[in-house]
Amino acid sequence: MLNRTADSVARATPEPLARKVRGISDKGLAWLFISPTILLLLAINIFPLFWAIYLSFTNFRANRPNEVAKNLGLANYKRILADQDIWIAMQTTAHFVFWTILLQTLIGFTLAWLIDRKFRGHAFWTTIILVPMMLSPAVVGNFWRFLYEPQIGLFAYAVSFVTGIPATEISMLSNVSLAPWSIIIVDTWMWTPYVMLICLAGLRSIPEYIYEAAEVDRASNWRQFWSITLPMALPFIMLAVLFRGIENFKMFDMVNLLTGGGPGSTTEVASITLKRQAFESWRTGYSSAFAIILFVAVFGLANIYVKALNKVKQR
Amino acid sequence: MSLTSAHSVVAPSATSKRVAGTIIVAYALISIVPLLWIFATSFKTPPDSIAYPPKILFQPSVEGYCNLFTTRTRQTPEYINSLGPATGLCDETVRKRNMVIAGPSNFMPRFVNSLIIAFGSTFCAVFLGTLSAYGFSRFKVPLADDLLFFILSTRMMPPIAVAIPIYLMYRELGLSDTALGMILLYTAVNVSLAVWLLKGFIDEIPREYEEAAMIDGYTRLQAFWRTVLPQATTGIAATAIFCLIFAWNEYAFAALLTSGTAQTAPPFIPTIIGEGGQDWPAVAAGTTIFLVPILVFTILLRKQLLRGITFGAVRK
Repeated sequence: MLNRTADSVARATPEPLARKVRGISDKGLAWLFISPTILLLLAINIFPLFWAIYLSFTNFRANRPNEVAKNLGLANYKRILADQDIWIAMQTTAHFVFWTILLQTLIGFTLAWLIDRKFRGHAFWTTIILVPMMLSPAVVGNFWRFLYEPQIGLFAYAVSFVTGIPATEISMLSNVSLAPWSIIIVDTWMWTPYVMLICLAGLRSIPEYIYEAAEVDRASNWRQFWSITLPMALPFIMLAVLFRGIENFKMFDMVNLLTGGGPGSTTEVASITLKRQAFESWRTGYSSAFAIILFVAVFGLANIYVKALNKVKQR
Repeated sequence: MSLTSAHSVVAPSATSKRVAGTIIVAYALISIVPLLWIFATSFKTPPDSIAYPPKILFQPSVEGYCNLFTTRTRQTPEYINSLGPATGLCDETVRKRNMVIAGPSNFMPRFVNSLIIAFGSTFCAVFLGTLSAYGFSRFKVPLADDLLFFILSTRMMPPIAVAIPIYLMYRELGLSDTALGMILLYTAVNVSLAVWLLKGFIDEIPREYEEAAMIDGYTRLQAFWRTVLPQATTGIAATAIFCLIFAWNEYAFAALLTSGTAQTAPPFIPTIIGEGGQDWPAVAAGTTIFLVPILVFTILLRKQLLRGITFGAVRK
C-alpha cells in the first residue's frame, strides 16, 4: 500500500523531481558506479603507462634515483631497433609463440573433436584434462625443472624408456637445442586444455540439422569435416589463438622459473629481456622504450587480428 | 559407415565412441602424471626423491612437509642423544638426519600473505566490477564501448612493462613490498575481467524485475540491491573465483615488487632449498598445499570455466 502511494506521488510530480523522490538520478548513479573503476585503472594502469612513455625518452636509471635524467629524444627507440640482442629475443618469442599455438591448436582441436563424440564418462575426463590450465604457471613450471632433471627426472626417464637414449644424456634445460622445446612442451601441456575448451564450445554450437542435411546429400565424413565442422568452428579456434597469442607473447613466469632465459640466451623471450634490462641492468629508460614497443606491437597485432576474426564471423 | 549410422543419421557410431574415449582417457592420464608426481614426491624422503630409476613405490614419509614448515640445524649425534625424547613426528624425522628443528620457516607467513592479498584484491575487484558492470549494463554511458575496450586493453600489457613504472611509483608512495600495494595492483588487473564477466551475467537478468520493483516504489539503488544482486549471485561467485585464482597464481608482479614482508607463495616456493641443492620433497609439499585450493575451485567452476577464460566472449 505504502509503495503504491509513493509511486502515485512520484508519478504526479514533474520528471526531475520524481527522480529525486526516487533517489539519485540514473545518470548520477551511472557515474557513481563506473567512476571508481575508471579512477583505479587511471591510477594503476594509465598514469604508470604515461610515466613509462616519459621515461622512455630519458636515460633514467631506477637504481640511481638522485641522478638527473637526461632527455635523449628518440635515441632509446633507435638503439632498440638496431640492437641485435633485441631482435634475437623477438625471434625467440616468435618461435615460442608459433610452436605453442600450432601444437595447442592441433592437439586441442583434436581432443575437442573426440570429446564431442560424447562417449561414456566424457564430462569427468574433460574435467581431469582441464586441471593443468588452472594451476600457477610459476609454481608448476618450477616443478617441471625437477621432471626435466637429466637422470633422476621423470621426463628424462620416460623419454629414455621409450627411445632407448640413456637418461643421463637427456638434459632438456641445459642443452642449447632442446631448451626452447622444454618451454614449448610445458606451455603446451598447460594450455592445450584451454584451446580444447573453446573448440569444444565451437563444435557444440554447430546445429545438428546441418549434419543431417549433409548426410541426406550423401556427403562423406571427410567432406562434412572440411565443409561444415572446420569452417563453423573456425571463429572459436581463432578466438582461442588470439587469447593464447597475447598470453604467450607476454610469457614470463613459466620461462623465468624453468630456464631463466638460458642456457645463455637461447630461451630469452621478450619479457625476460625486458626484466634483465629493467631489473638487473637497471636501464630503466631503455627498457621503458622496449616495453612501449612491445605494448604497441601486441595492441596493433591484436587489433588487426580482431578485424580478421570479425570478418570470419560475418561469413 | 552408412550401416552403423542407420538408426540416427548423425550420432557417432559405437566404435568411434570407443576409440575417442580411449584416446581421451589416455591423454587425461598422461597429462595428470606431473601432478601426481608432485603429490608423490611430497611424501618421499630426499634420497628417495632423487633415486634412479625414479621410485614409483616408496615408503611414505612426512619429511618433505616437516622441512617445508621448519628451519633446521645440523648437530652431532652426541648432542642429539643428550636431548630429551622427540616431541613430535617432525622432531623425530628430523633427528634421524642428525638435525634439530631451529624454528618455523617462512612458508606460513608467505602462505598467509597469499591469502590476504588474493582475498583482499578479489573482494575489491568484484565490488568495483559489480558496480561498473551494472552501470554499463543498465545505463546509457557515453562512449560505453570505448570505455569497455579501454578496461580490457589494460590487460594486454606485458606484466614486466607495467611493473617498471609501478615499481618507481610504489617506491615514491612507500607501497613497495606492502600487502596494500599488491592488493591495489591485483584489483586493477582483475577489475577488467570482473567488469566483462559481470556485464555478461547482469545483461542476462531481465530489466523487468527492477522496473517492477521501481514501480513498487523502490529507488534505483534499492532495486539494484534487492532484485539484481540476489539474481546475480552465481555470476558474482564465479567471477570472484576467477579473480581469486588469478591473484593466487600471479608470479611476475609478486616476484618483482615484493621481496620480504609482503612476498606471496609463488615467488617463495622456488627458493626452498635444502643442503646441497633444491629440497624437492619440501618444494613438492609446498606446491601440493598451494595447488589444492585451486583444484577444489576448478571442480566447483567447471560449468562457468569457458566463460571465465574468454572474458565472457563465449557463453555457450
